[in-house]
Amino acid sequence: MEFIYKIFEILLPFDFITYDFMKNALLGTIIVSPLFAFLGTMAVNNKMAFFSDALGHSAFTGIALGVLLGLKNPLISMLVFGIFLSLIITKVKSINTASTDTIISVFSSLSMAIGIVILSKNGGFSKYSSYLIGDILTVTPREILIIFVVLIFTIAIWYKIYNKLLIISINTSLASSRSIKTVLIENIFVILVAIAVMLSIKWIGILTINSMLILPSASARNISRNSRSYLLTTIVISLISGILGLILSYYMDTSASATMVLISSIFFFLTLAIRKIRA
Amino acid sequence: MNKIHNSCGLCKIDIKNLTVTSGSDTLLDNINLDFHCGQLTALIGKNGAGKTTLIKTILGERNFTGNISYKEHNEKDIKRPIIGYVPQQLSFDKNTPVSVLDFMIATNSNRPVWLFHKKSQREKIKEQLEKLNCSHVIDRKLGDLSGGELQRVLLATALEPMPDFLILDEPVSGVDVNGLDIFYKTVSELRDNYHIAILLVSHDLSLIKKYADKVVLLDKTVIESGDVDTVFKTDAFKKTFGFMDLEV
Repeated sequence: MEFIYKIFEILLPFDFITYDFMKNALLGTIIVSPLFAFLGTMAVNNKMAFFSDALGHSAFTGIALGVLLGLKNPLISMLVFGIFLSLIITKVKSINTASTDTIISVFSSLSMAIGIVILSKNGGFSKYSSYLIGDILTVTPREILIIFVVLIFTIAIWYKIYNKLLIISINTSLASSRSIKTVLIENIFVILVAIAVMLSIKWIGILTINSMLILPSASARNISRNSRSYLLTTIVISLISGILGLILSYYMDTSASATMVLISSIFFFLTLAIRKIRA
Repeated sequence: MNKIHNSCGLCKIDIKNLTVTSGSDTLLDNINLDFHCGQLTALIGKNGAGKTTLIKTILGERNFTGNISYKEHNEKDIKRPIIGYVPQQLSFDKNTPVSVLDFMIATNSNRPVWLFHKKSQREKIKEQLEKLNCSHVIDRKLGDLSGGELQRVLLATALEPMPDFLILDEPVSGVDVNGLDIFYKTVSELRDNYHIAILLVSHDLSLIKKYADKVVLLDKTVIESGDVDTVFKTDAFKKTFGFMDLEV
């Protein structure tokens, strides 16, 4: 850790980097951004923006379950509930194709309401309000290590299933004809998203996590023509938004995650303009 | 196109007592059919007759009772048949950043398409596309192709590796006349030169008359089946398609 701190100090001769919490936050951002970029590209391909939103909201119930079970750190219950909800939504989606948006919206509302009802009992909700917008400045080296392991794990699985997911996103019957196990692959993907979202929601926040996942890919789509430029552009936009958002939030004294989202939104409109000009 | 079936009769797809239900609805009821290699079988029927369900069942997307088997000429089962499938239309987001090259590589290789493509892969795909006169679209975005170009790309994709059984699901909708010609010329050549079994779902009766060897009229179950002229003369056919048969 000391070694990485030193590198940051040499590379970034600014006053914000003198604080250890800023170094941790920067390192966390550098790891989380590509992780979300990887998952976001496929979430947008598969029209899952609504799904990841529901997943974020379900964190409330995950936290509440942790509280009810007396867990010191609700991460485990958040992970379990998040994965559970993801698999249920995917299952329901495959049975009923007509009104997926409505179904996901119902799940989203329900899992948010259950969580808030339990957490707000006896007026104790304010304790948990930090989860709403998150705080990346509280990230610890141990948490950074965990998310780094998840990043490596995700890239490894990504390497294996990317082509299959791509074909599924284009046509599921075509995927079946190529002997792709569509249900299994989709489930692996939603579990990955659930893990990434739950692990980082404490820093990013329930309200902003979906934007972090969706906006960079949505922007990259505006200007990419093939899979490689799509992924690379998403990673670059995600990293720039993350790092710039963090630094700006330090100087403006604003929420880091919201500032990051603000910058990715600017990217979205910029790329949209480029697309319009090209067309 | 490197796998050549020796002769007709090498490959047969046998469907026995196939029934598919959804809740209390019976979608397909006791279907018995076989598709021979070197034959183009046309599947016809009104909307909701179960054509799409039958295809999805063959592709393994639906649970069923009964039996679907792929046999060599000596009745030996082919365990893992290669199925080529040309979908009716792709309802994917036209903005999806995936090039024709990405798409075709992804169907045949596990090496993620966001890595650099090997030159040999590119050459091979270009060759496949050239056979259908559309190698110029290789770097275009899949969503930017015209209906005819997309169908030819999908057919080229379905032919690598050369399938035992080729399924064409309403492949003509939205295709220009020139594209249609190339498409069916290729399909006929495949049948004649490679002796693969082909299943064509179509509403275009004149096209079926021109190209099909066998016609199956479906309405939950097989109502009529046989050569084109025979089936087109049956009462069941006239009842389903009205006077359209007079035009063909």
